[in-house]
Amino acid sequence: MKNCDYQQIDPKVVPTYASPSHIGTRGPRRVRRKWEVFPGKNRFYCGGRIMMAQQSGVLPLTLGLILVTTGLFFIFDCPFLVKHLSSCVPVIGAVLFVFVFITLLQTSFSDPGILPRATLEEAANVERQIDSSGNSSYRPPPRTKEVLINQQMVKLKYCFTCKMFRPPRTSHCSLCDNCVERFDHHCPWVGNCVGKRNYRFFYTFIVSLSFLTSFIFGCVSTHLAMRAQGGRGLVFALQESPGSAVELVICFFSVWSILGLSGFHTYLVASNMTTNEDIKGSWSGKSGDVATNPFSHRNVFVNCCSVLCAPLPPSLIDRRGILPVEEESAQMCHADIQLPANKNQRNMCSQGTKGLLESAALSPLLSTSCPQGKAQAALLGPERHSAADSEPSLQFSKGCRAQHSAGSQGNTSSTRHTHHKSHSKKHKQAALNISNPTCPDSAPSSKDGGHRRATFTQPLETSLCDGR
Amino acid sequence: PFVPQTHSLQDLRQQAAVAAKVFIQRDYTNGTLCQFQTKFPSELETRIDKQQFEETVRTLNNLYAEAEKLGSQSYIEGCLACLTAYTIFLCMETHYEKVLKKIAKYIQEQNDKVYAPRGLLLTDPIERGLRVIEITIFEDRSLTQ
Repeated sequence: MKNCDYQQIDPKVVPTYASPSHIGTRGPRRVRRKWEVFPGKNRFYCGGRIMMAQQSGVLPLTLGLILVTTGLFFIFDCPFLVKHLSSCVPVIGAVLFVFVFITLLQTSFSDPGILPRATLEEAANVERQIDSSGNSSYRPPPRTKEVLINQQMVKLKYCFTCKMFRPPRTSHCSLCDNCVERFDHHCPWVGNCVGKRNYRFFYTFIVSLSFLTSFIFGCVSTHLAMRAQGGRGLVFALQESPGSAVELVICFFSVWSILGLSGFHTYLVASNMTTNEDIKGSWSGKSGDVATNPFSHRNVFVNCCSVLCAPLPPSLIDRRGILPVEEESAQMCHADIQLPANKNQRNMCSQGTKGLLESAALSPLLSTSCPQGKAQAALLGPERHSAADSEPSLQFSKGCRAQHSAGSQGNTSSTRHTHHKSHSKKHKQAALNISNPTCPDSAPSSKDGGHRRATFTQPLETSLCDGR
Repeated sequence: PFVPQTHSLQDLRQQAAVAAKVFIQRDYTNGTLCQFQTKFPSELETRIDKQQFEETVRTLNNLYAEAEKLGSQSYIEGCLACLTAYTIFLCMETHYEKVLKKIAKYIQEQNDKVYAPRGLLLTDPIERGLRVIEITIFEDRSLTQ
């Protein structure tokens, strides 16, 4: 009855809570913050203030290109243009560069809108509801829920990793192993997912980058043209100002793709859609109905405002919150162990296995240590660690009970979204080929291995990514 | 360690045993706005009356709607933020955060006045990622102090 390797949380195993905690069996320890036990594949810096995806992708390359191009611009082109054209050229350049740089960092370092995983009680509660309402016939229950949103049926899928029904427009990013609200895509250029909270930063980034690249391109062309006047020729001009040649090449190849990308995202903003939905064709009327997006406000201006100017939602994962001692298996805890054959109601921990688990708990996927009196303990035994760790006979001391929830790597990983509409800088193709896996599973047909080189020449050309 | 009644909620947490937890799920009929279902769960029937519960949830829904409201104030804030490359978010408290504080206060107040005397405890949804309102039902001892 169970689907793949997902196993059910046994409601009987969900503890009825024991008596008050006896804290103090452990000595004084340093304060731990929630980011340290975060179950997703993210990296945290500056005490949890900065977060990124596990693989930084090509973010260093993006930064490098922007810095190099702008630097060369200021060194080689600005002096000439200030003298011969206008002194506001470097000012405009500087303003654009600052915008680009700040919004890039904000996109990369902020929380895209990650949904914290369900607590154990929540997950068990959901399980109970599924079982009671679903058909326990020969097939596993479908794990979807239909809701009516603005008079349109929308399917909500159950996320096996996060143990909850995903809210509408939420998708699970397999690269970061998180459910992200209003998931747009995972952008390797930026090294982070783009979702509800950082979409406006991302949009501002690509728009200002378009302006910056066009501006630099224009200035360099003007510069070289002015130098080449009087019949002296382009070669002479290039020799005098070699940096301009580099800038010209970079800008020429990037301006088209970035402009195209900005245009595409402007279209998405105006119709209140995400890249994810556009690729999957969620609102393109599969059943023959008129295509409607139930989230669109039917007004371009209102759509733009709601996407870009709405109040910024708070980060739900509370990275810098202090981990309570009694509840170390709190919401950050992801119970991902195999259900034992015989469900043990009251397992007592043994120090030995606990020590083993704690030493194995170095990867961010693993959960916290055993709580004190609160009878919740969760183990994480992801498959890549030895299966012996998650033997049913694991026991915890100090009155905890082992929480058994399914090992759920059979996640609906259909949402491996990457920023496949990548920029087509030729010299970046090598970098792309060694970077993250980028194929969306709901893959567009015409990849031909070259989706990484997807030139995005026309703004609305989604034929490259035609998942319809 | 037993602390003499400085706060009734703490006493609840420390002394009473939890009988069950009820989860009020999100209501998506109006889109992705944060709203919770007002359906009265059966487990609470013996503890609190329907009116009170519905009023609590409705007030919370209104507060969340206020947090996410697209009004002229949010537009101005958004445009200003855009002009400063969103750096003002680093210094300023956003509108949403201000309302979240209001919500936290409201929940605290509801717990003190209405729910704790009945052996119930509301958990602020923000601690559950705005997914559910978790209501903890404590065992029915005489908890009224």
